[in-house]
Amino acid sequence: MFSNIDWDVIIRSLPYLFLDGMRFTIMLTLMATTGGIVIGTLLALARLSDIPGLSQVAGAYVNLIRSIPLVLVIFWFYFLVPYIGQWFTGAARPIQVGAFLSALVTFTLFEAAYFCEIMRAGIQSIPRGQIQAAQALGMTYRQQMTEVILPQAFRNMVPVLLTQTIILFQDTSLVYVISVTDFLGAASKIAQRDGRLVEMYLFAAIVYFFISLTASHWVRRLQQRIAIIR
Amino acid sequence: MNYHWNWGIFFQLSPDGTHAYWQLLLFGAAWTLATALLAWAIALALGAVIGVIRTSPVPWLVRLGNAYVELFRNIPLLVQMFLWYFVLPELMPEAIGDWLKQLNNASFYNAVICLGLYTSARVAEQVKAGILSLRSGQRMAGLAMGLTLPQTYRYVLLPMAFRIILPPLSSEFLNIIKNSSVALTIGLVELTAAARSMQEFSFQVFEAFTGATIIYIIINIIVVNGMRWLERRVAVPGFISMGQPAAAH
Repeated sequence: MFSNIDWDVIIRSLPYLFLDGMRFTIMLTLMATTGGIVIGTLLALARLSDIPGLSQVAGAYVNLIRSIPLVLVIFWFYFLVPYIGQWFTGAARPIQVGAFLSALVTFTLFEAAYFCEIMRAGIQSIPRGQIQAAQALGMTYRQQMTEVILPQAFRNMVPVLLTQTIILFQDTSLVYVISVTDFLGAASKIAQRDGRLVEMYLFAAIVYFFISLTASHWVRRLQQRIAIIR
Repeated sequence: MNYHWNWGIFFQLSPDGTHAYWQLLLFGAAWTLATALLAWAIALALGAVIGVIRTSPVPWLVRLGNAYVELFRNIPLLVQMFLWYFVLPELMPEAIGDWLKQLNNASFYNAVICLGLYTSARVAEQVKAGILSLRSGQRMAGLAMGLTLPQTYRYVLLPMAFRIILPPLSSEFLNIIKNSSVALTIGLVELTAAARSMQEFSFQVFEAFTGATIIYIIINIIVVNGMRWLERRVAVPGFISMGQPAAAH
């Protein structure tokens, strides 16, 4: 059963898998998480604001993104981003953007909807007395949020945000559908070139498994530590 | 935007020669629903069993359940699809492997099994959380009444636990519908793949994706309302806090 398995193909392709593939995956995960948390927090503030229309628009965006599959969102943005670029820069034709930028925009805007719901729960978990106290001290809305509410909400939600980041790390493998060379894409290219599907896909599964497992254990430990401090 | 819109495209004949593009999308939606529903049956059954054994007093069963959940939660769904579709037939004895490869609708069966097992780990997590959220007195009372442990689960713990975890279970059900789109990578022509092929044949990118998006939203609305109805239907009078999810994470 394992007789014609060639484990050597993995050793030979390690530099390509990790320096090209995994670097893309990690960069995409970190940048999309950062962007997603920033935009997600703004969306959450919009959803909780009193300004007429704003919370409906933000809510509609979040619900729309959350009700369609990531694969479809990737396709949407893959074709839409060139037109958005054209609209922004006023160019005559749709702008060709690289695979990385296209994937980054997609994942940032997609994850923003999920981070929005996490931050909204975080903001709502802060007792109302905190806002009233901040108002009584004469703080502006901006000060109330940046000095009082958001730091606490963020801190409470750190474990959930990190868990979502691990999910995002796994989800980035879906850029496969637009033929981008992330870690899985690199494994898949070698697999098809050398006819070594079994070795490469098993190896990819093992790598994803250990990274995600280690990260989620670390998040669980962090969660316990934070819980004791509070 | 110098994009050429053409909404009439939905009523034009698709390259298969007999159906219009809108019918192509509906066939895709049917495959999406068939995949999701069958996988959901697997996920519920297996998830309930794994969730229960993770709360059982038998240490090796608990460890087995934990290992199962970690295995399926820490590998991306797309990689799991590839493992089932490309790797499993190669690791089987040759006769079985060849039979698997020549199976009609192989990508459909693979997608159902893969999605079912992947989601069962998530269901197991919810079932465990639901059982643990019950007061320990419930289990003790059941045992003190002379019920065996399986009977205590069947008649005392699980009926309450399942009611408590209905809201997170419905979002898992929505997830399984969305996740079925990953099966397009192994050649299943579900809704997203149907929209993609409509785009490739007709070059009307945004119409095709808008069509698929609207169908997903409609499915979503139907499921959300169905689940709300179910929640009201099975609610136990006197338990007002039932709507609260058992655990945030």
